[in-house]
Amino acid sequence: MSETAHSAGTGGDTSRRDMLLYASVALGTVGTALAVWPFLDSMNPAKDVLALASIEVDLSPIQEGQAITAVWRGKPVFIRHRTPADIEQSRAVEVSSLRDPQADEDRVIKDQWLVMIGICTHLGCVPKGQKPGDPKGDYNGWFCVCHGSHYDTAGRIRKGPAPLNLPVPPYDFLDETSIRIG
Amino acid sequence: MSGLKGIIGAAAVAVGLVAGAPAALAAGGGHGPELKHQSWTFDGLFGRYSEKQLRRGWEVYEGICKSCHTLDYMHYRNLEQIGYTEDEVKEIAARFEVQDGPDEWGDMFMRPATPLDGFAEPYENDAIAMLANGGVVPPNLSVITRARDHGADYVYNLLLGYEDEVPEWATEADPTFSLAPGKSFNTFFPGYAISMPQQLFEGILEYSDGTEATPEQMAKDVSAFLQWAAEPELEERKGLGRMVLLFLIVLTGVLFAYKRELWKDAH
Amino acid sequence: MSTTPDPVWSNRAIKWFDRRLPLFTMMHKELIVYPTPRNINYWWNFGSLAGVALVIMILTGIFLAMFYTPHEDMAFASIERIMREVNYGWLIRFLHMNGASMFFAVVYIHILRGMYYGSYKAPRELLWIIGVVIYILMMAAAFLGYVLPWGQMSFWAATVITSLVTPLPFGETIAIWLWGGYSVDNDTLKRFFSLHYLVPFLIFAFVFLHLWALHTTKSNNPLGVEIKKPADTLPFHPYFTVKDSVTLGAFLFLLCYFVFFAPNYFNHSINYVMADPLVTPEHIVPEWYFLPFYAILRAIPDKLMGVVLMFAAILVWAALPWLDTSKVRSGRFRPTFRIFFWIFVADAVLLTYLGAMPAEGIYVTLGQFATAWYFIHFLVVLPILGKVEKTEPVPESISAAVSAEHQKEASA
Repeated sequence: MSETAHSAGTGGDTSRRDMLLYASVALGTVGTALAVWPFLDSMNPAKDVLALASIEVDLSPIQEGQAITAVWRGKPVFIRHRTPADIEQSRAVEVSSLRDPQADEDRVIKDQWLVMIGICTHLGCVPKGQKPGDPKGDYNGWFCVCHGSHYDTAGRIRKGPAPLNLPVPPYDFLDETSIRIG
Repeated sequence: MSGLKGIIGAAAVAVGLVAGAPAALAAGGGHGPELKHQSWTFDGLFGRYSEKQLRRGWEVYEGICKSCHTLDYMHYRNLEQIGYTEDEVKEIAARFEVQDGPDEWGDMFMRPATPLDGFAEPYENDAIAMLANGGVVPPNLSVITRARDHGADYVYNLLLGYEDEVPEWATEADPTFSLAPGKSFNTFFPGYAISMPQQLFEGILEYSDGTEATPEQMAKDVSAFLQWAAEPELEERKGLGRMVLLFLIVLTGVLFAYKRELWKDAH
Repeated sequence: MSTTPDPVWSNRAIKWFDRRLPLFTMMHKELIVYPTPRNINYWWNFGSLAGVALVIMILTGIFLAMFYTPHEDMAFASIERIMREVNYGWLIRFLHMNGASMFFAVVYIHILRGMYYGSYKAPRELLWIIGVVIYILMMAAAFLGYVLPWGQMSFWAATVITSLVTPLPFGETIAIWLWGGYSVDNDTLKRFFSLHYLVPFLIFAFVFLHLWALHTTKSNNPLGVEIKKPADTLPFHPYFTVKDSVTLGAFLFLLCYFVFFAPNYFNHSINYVMADPLVTPEHIVPEWYFLPFYAILRAIPDKLMGVVLMFAAILVWAALPWLDTSKVRSGRFRPTFRIFFWIFVADAVLLTYLGAMPAEGIYVTLGQFATAWYFIHFLVVLPILGKVEKTEPVPESISAAVSAEHQKEASA
């Protein structure tokens, strides 16, 4: 080694040296970047948290006209078994007249089952209207007592400060009477 | 360069010391037959689990172990990792009952387990577990291969290490040795007197895949299953590890070559 | 020694900043032009490796703390959750576990290199003593951290080590104060967690002082001759940044081998059994890096003396600059010292082995001899050897020795 070192002298084989320098820097940079990933990813939801990211809900005990509140990803999910009157009332509305225009059909998979996230789109309160004695607002749906937003029987905003309808979470029917949310 | 040579030499000595350190696989008290090392699919640089074997191991756990031993920190959903489908896992989970509640009347109630539930506990608490097992709580099995020297080999040998009568070598080593009532003699258990009676017998179980369920086969499968329960990350770990080591060899090689080029002029 | 002029910064933002806080000038001086003896060998790379190990430990530790629960009922389960549920949790934990062993391995080599080449001698006494402080803090961090998984060995290590204070005056009172109870319990675990998070940052601060002192006195070198002219040195960058990177690659390879393929090699299997205050494991053995001191503790039948000697075994290092009376710094020119140095290394290895063996029969006697020799080496051999040893001639300068070596190679 030392013999070549002496004969080569300064600037002897600069192209080889440069190539090795670039390779070292490139590999080092790539390696460091890849090593960062496990640390960042560890802060993403863990497997046990992800396992709870979708829940199954059995709808069979919910009588017509009743509602239940399920918890999904830490948020209340309103599930109402709507009566034919509820559905009719919702569909009688002219869609284009709504603040957040959306047809009733676009908010449900099965007409009688309304599933949505029960968080007022105004400032995040949980609206009333799930329990039999609750105020249901002017449109027989839900009423947010914080700032007076009224939602109809399809969960659409009709009156008050909230800008949007109550959002519908992703869900599908596993069979006639059970759904998976998320 | 003398420094580098010295370091390589020292490293070689250290590796030799480290590699020679684990003493020969000693048995329970060091007198009886030696622990037999098995060849496991998960050994070595390229080790992987055999899903078929793990599912057979699960059948042994479900058929035999689960009535006394817990699998803490594990959930039924984990069984999807060993090749059961989502529906199969639901079905398996539903065979177990877990406590839930309180319901609207304030009472706790039992319901079929779901894939999200942790494995059902065989006993309500340690006191009941001790009462049912001669004063000893059967250990949690989900970390057992990490918690015992020789891991899966120990479990395998232990399950097959029963003797109907105290063997001669044990009384020769310790003439005062006698088995307390309720205990069994196990060659590989520390002190030889184990509270768990022999579990694996010919014909106690039928595998769903048609494999013949000999005691050796069951011991092997359930040991592999428990290894998986203790180290579910093993395949991911070794796969990533192979790439990392390869990368580091290349990186170190390139750095060393660059260092030599750079230092040519400095000498 | 050459005085390199301060750099002139062309980038306006850097110029603005540097005028107000000369951070860039300082980094340029300490990390780029810093004159390093050109003849230091690869044994000098272990200091930078120790620094990297510290960074790995702090980084992985911060992420583990995001998931760990310091509670006697939940600590063990929270670590199992890290291993099973947290994304790459197993990787971060195994890096932390094995990183600790690697950190100690690297630091032990670093210390022995300092002993062999006389790096503690004037004017580097303070540099050396700060190093001893760092080592003691490392022991504290390692001990505190080992308790956190709340396994059987964690619990009993905590019990045994904290009980070391009991032979002292008011020992019982001190022990109760350390525990925050009448035995190792939940509050003990929580304070250990708090302190385990604190100590590494103390280490970091002392590493800064260590480097400050190093850059004041400059590095020692295999010849033990001080830097006399610019030809004796090479700039730190790129020569030593690149050289350090080579060993960093090899170090990471070794660490990753253990992390990915033998993650529990240095661990005791019994520590995967949850802590049980009513059952002591059959063999209580500390981690390998504490074994020599554990052997010294057990070698002395007297409880108080054992504890005193164990701490003295580390504190005696701090007196090394004055115990070694030799005028010649490097072991390279001290043939008799070299023999005693390797006997000392063998003695330390023997103590490590004895620390892992049961305290019975021949092991006790051997332990007493090895302990005695450990102290004789520092307190008797080194002071006398410095006065009587016949040393070899020391070259006049680093560059003279380097060119002489080249001539020898060329003619060979």
